Amino acid sequence: MNVYDLPNKSGHFGPYGGVFVAETLISALDELREQYEQYRNDDAFQKEFTYELKHYVGRPSPIYHAKRWSEHLGGAQILLKREDLNHTGAHKVNNTIGQALLARRMGKNRVIAETGAGQHGVATATVAARYGMQCVVYMGSEDVRRQATNVYRMKLLGAEVVPVESGSRTLKDALNEAMRDWVTHVEDTFYIIGTVAGPHPYPMMVRDFQTVIGKEAKIQMQEGYGRQPDVLIACVGGGSNAIGLFYPYIDDNAVQMVGVEAAGKGLDTNQHAATLTKGKPGVLHGNRTYLIQDDNGQIIETHSISAGLDYPGVGPEHAWLKDIHRAEYVGITDDEALEAFHALCRLEGIMPALESSHALAYAAKLAPTLAKDKLLLVNLSGRGDKDMATVAQMSGISL
Amino acid sequence: MNRIAQTFAVLQSNRKKALIPFITAGDPDPALTVDLMHCMVDEGSDIIELGVPFSDPMADGPTIQRSSERALKHHVSLINVFDMVAKFRQKNTYTPVVLMGYANPVEAMGYENFAVKAKDAGVDGVLTVDYPPEECEEWVKCLEQHGMDAIFLLSPTTTQLRIEHVAKLAKGYIYYVSLKGVTGASHLNLRDVESMLAKLRALLSIPIGVGFGIRDGATAAAVAELADAVVIGSRIIEEIEHSSRSEILNNVGNLIASMRMAIDAKRDQN
Repeated sequence: MNVYDLPNKSGHFGPYGGVFVAETLISALDELREQYEQYRNDDAFQKEFTYELKHYVGRPSPIYHAKRWSEHLGGAQILLKREDLNHTGAHKVNNTIGQALLARRMGKNRVIAETGAGQHGVATATVAARYGMQCVVYMGSEDVRRQATNVYRMKLLGAEVVPVESGSRTLKDALNEAMRDWVTHVEDTFYIIGTVAGPHPYPMMVRDFQTVIGKEAKIQMQEGYGRQPDVLIACVGGGSNAIGLFYPYIDDNAVQMVGVEAAGKGLDTNQHAATLTKGKPGVLHGNRTYLIQDDNGQIIETHSISAGLDYPGVGPEHAWLKDIHRAEYVGITDDEALEAFHALCRLEGIMPALESSHALAYAAKLAPTLAKDKLLLVNLSGRGDKDMATVAQMSGISL
Repeated sequence: MNRIAQTFAVLQSNRKKALIPFITAGDPDPALTVDLMHCMVDEGSDIIELGVPFSDPMADGPTIQRSSERALKHHVSLINVFDMVAKFRQKNTYTPVVLMGYANPVEAMGYENFAVKAKDAGVDGVLTVDYPPEECEEWVKCLEQHGMDAIFLLSPTTTQLRIEHVAKLAKGYIYYVSLKGVTGASHLNLRDVESMLAKLRALLSIPIGVGFGIRDGATAAAVAELADAVVIGSRIIEEIEHSSRSEILNNVGNLIASMRMAIDAKRDQN
């Protein structure tokens, strides 16, 4: 049997990944890679990480059988991996804890982060407060305006939020700006990237910290259902929650894996963020991967109702899993996601994040086509409190 | 001998240092770029670095980012940039032109396609900011086959091992980034530059240009004492930003002339 063991030493997943940065960033990445290689196999580090996940985050997150919704859909059984129950309300914190612990060991007392909707920014500000570190979060000025509540949350947690005025003033520009900060303050600063993108070792490191999701699921499925799920379903923006669930299952070919991208207003429009479905390979933010770009190689603005999926790139490991047909990637529109959001609220009393609602919407499409004894495991990556204003607005209600 | 090697050979025999200005193609608008290139040559520039605009210039500071945004408002693509170089070549066949930009527009066009068109237009060298040596062997080979130089960046934090790696691939000249940070930063420590250049000279056989942090004639002259070439980018872009369109050629010309004079005056003192 082939054992999946990527990335290779230089950080490549087939042709994807790698280290595509200016020379000025190379030494910082070399230092990070060496230190991470060391702590990745360090028992004390792993023990502290596990302890924090248990006592601070509240892991393991349960798997919940959405019985009423499954019955309503009339097909396969839908199970939810409840990352929404984590401290701070999403899977993001698994990664920020891991990177903050690494930053501490590397003697860096200032952490910086990029954020789109603000979820990763909040998760970073949270751990910075928890470990007594200085925290600066870069956020596109357009997003600062749209996500005022999360900006205030970050400030309450002691972080400085810097609005980014360049480019399209959204997540990708915040990432550019955080990279610029890092290259200028590399001695005392650790850059906590929020997803499985960026230059090596980030896609590997963020994945490793998120695989707690899939590792728990494997044990919980065995204990609760006596077998593994037939299909794993997770939303993909950058792809960290999806890879966290998928990775421990990659060698288990009986388990199908589906990543759900934001099809926005439709895959045939130019208002979507379905990078793997509609994009082409290229180089952005330090790695080679699929990108939403024009014919001249300029990056195009994306659209999704869910700010967390609104990104023109995608983690390089997903690009590889797509090319080797180990995972399948599909698109779900704004309207379909919204419908799933409401269904879960009404039938299960769970308010999902709009990101996660994309995964749920695909499960709702797939379930009725399958027999009742099939098991779909959906990663419910975050809770939807943050999205109430957006949902209300979409429904024509002002709060 | 290609145009870049020829240029450095002539400069060296005259005990002169190269002045290399950077502008972004299409900034402030495409119609002005070729005139700006000629003007900079007339006022004493030896090599022109022409920036290819990109939507996400991660290694650049705010000034060069803005120049890229202005050019992209005019939808300046690689094809347009090649056209500008070809037009420049109608009147100037001796000044080397180096394209500086990011990897994605190159990848979108394809290596071979890019190399053929760039060479036809009269491009002499290409610096791809986010292609470190580990990721671009095939690219360097392609440029070489078409008779163009792959220009590389080195930084204060580059290790000896990497300098040796770059030494094997780099042609034309090395662009030494004299400070940590992004383009347009302002504090330059000459003593640090001096000690690093000594280290680089021991390992590299091609000329070394120094950029980042050169703001005026005095810093340009001081850097020229140490390096083979002085690269000036953000300061010129600022001049473009702060001038009305009709004054741009005049003001950029004056700036280049003052840098040239300061660099040459320093040489004559020594």
